[in-house]
Amino acid sequence: MRRLPQLQWLGAALFAAALLIAWQLLAERQIISPVFFPSPSRTLGELWRQAAQGELWKPLGETSLRMFYGWALASLLGVVLGAAIGSSRAAREFLGPLLEFLRPLPASAIIPPAILFLGLSNEMAVAVIAFGAVWPVLLASVHGFASMEPQLLEVSAALRLSRAQSLAKIAIPGALPEILAGARVSLAISLILAVVTEMQASQPGLGQNILLAQRSFRSPELYAGVVTLGLMGFLINHAILALERRLLRWRAAPA
Amino acid sequence: MRRFLRGIAIPALAVALWETGSRAGVLPMDTFSRPSDIAVAFAGAFADGSILVATWQTVEAALAGFAVAAALGILVGALLGLSPALERVVGPSIDAVRPIPSVALMPLTLLLFGFGLQMEAWVVAFACVWPVLLVTAAAVRGIEPRLHDVSRTLELPFASQLRRIILPAALGRIVVGLRVSVGISLVVAVTVEIVINPRGLGYGMIIAQQSLHPELMYAQLFWLGLLGWGLNVALTRAAGRWHAFAGADAEV
Repeated sequence: MRRLPQLQWLGAALFAAALLIAWQLLAERQIISPVFFPSPSRTLGELWRQAAQGELWKPLGETSLRMFYGWALASLLGVVLGAAIGSSRAAREFLGPLLEFLRPLPASAIIPPAILFLGLSNEMAVAVIAFGAVWPVLLASVHGFASMEPQLLEVSAALRLSRAQSLAKIAIPGALPEILAGARVSLAISLILAVVTEMQASQPGLGQNILLAQRSFRSPELYAGVVTLGLMGFLINHAILALERRLLRWRAAPA
Repeated sequence: MRRFLRGIAIPALAVALWETGSRAGVLPMDTFSRPSDIAVAFAGAFADGSILVATWQTVEAALAGFAVAAALGILVGALLGLSPALERVVGPSIDAVRPIPSVALMPLTLLLFGFGLQMEAWVVAFACVWPVLLVTAAAVRGIEPRLHDVSRTLELPFASQLRRIILPAALGRIVVGLRVSVGISLVVAVTVEIVINPRGLGYGMIIAQQSLHPELMYAQLFWLGLLGWGLNVALTRAAGRWHAFAGADAEV
């Protein structure tokens, strides 16, 4: 049943190319409106122009930075809170119901109050991103810390490790796989919320650019922005997967 | 009982501090508002029905988008799951579209449909289709091969194969994907309303904030919290019941 992998790759590439060519032809013949569906060549041309003239990098950097700050804050908060809740029953009982209520709240719903407190600012954007992105890391680290091997706890007691030592040497490495998986989901959420806050609060970045492109009906620019965001989503997902593999190499060692 | 008291302790304390702080003039009214005012605004929004209208607008868009996503996701997912060759050819194209953040499509659907139900529902549909599609493809791929042998022996036409054999066998896992999507649908609908679309609860919150009615904004935020929480609880219960049923079924 084995087939050449090259052949499959070729089939997949042909299919994707066929879709793009069909789109190109339909748009050129004006069978689909080129205002709403500009041909792929115009979108790619626009993307190429932006990259060549250096217009692309500034908004890309701004969006990435905003996403990264929010994500870093969310990860820090998530791991600290998660460690507290995961290793203490009292903390779980006091905070659990409150967090259960807050978690399903759409993260964008805290944009209006955040604007009230922080104005239309970058801090507001970062706070909203952190609020939305904290949950996957938090849940993962609660679970990671709560499900520590009892034998490992005994070992750390026998070695008379201090609380900080046992945290650094046993609890965090043990919870790391789950935390990293949570952090990957958080990063995807951070990108979404970075775009949302840029659109809502007129913060500079890719999100604002595509909204402005829409308002002036510059559709190739709009599509170029969507493609850039898609590429970003793809790249960050793969970057963190690579990081996971690297950090968790020790787990792959044969038992 | 102790668990309940502990769970409610921090929120109750926060609300009490909030109310007294605001009455003592420590917390500025224009940002913090005041719990008692928020309660009045909450009751008022229900009394004049405005919050119910906004809720329906949000839920309508979320449901419409979810329905499209569920239908498309199950159909395409089942096809990809049934034919590994098709999946290898089409899969990479799908993987290329999937990482686009759903919210990036807002300007696009606005361009296509203008403001209103449709643009919101299509963004919701794009966000919701992936969990259903991926789970369905995986579930259909994992169907016991003997079931396929049976349908081949019975020479069932494809439509009844799908209805009688494939969907029932994969349904237990498809439900998991659907559940994830329902949760996403509400979140995305509210997001679209907050950012662009002038309808529903999200827009109501933005307008309340901009017209300096923080108490109304907080009332709507609380209501959204209740909705999200209620939906989550309902889905968890429903999934539990479904698994009890499906599990019993699988034993036979």
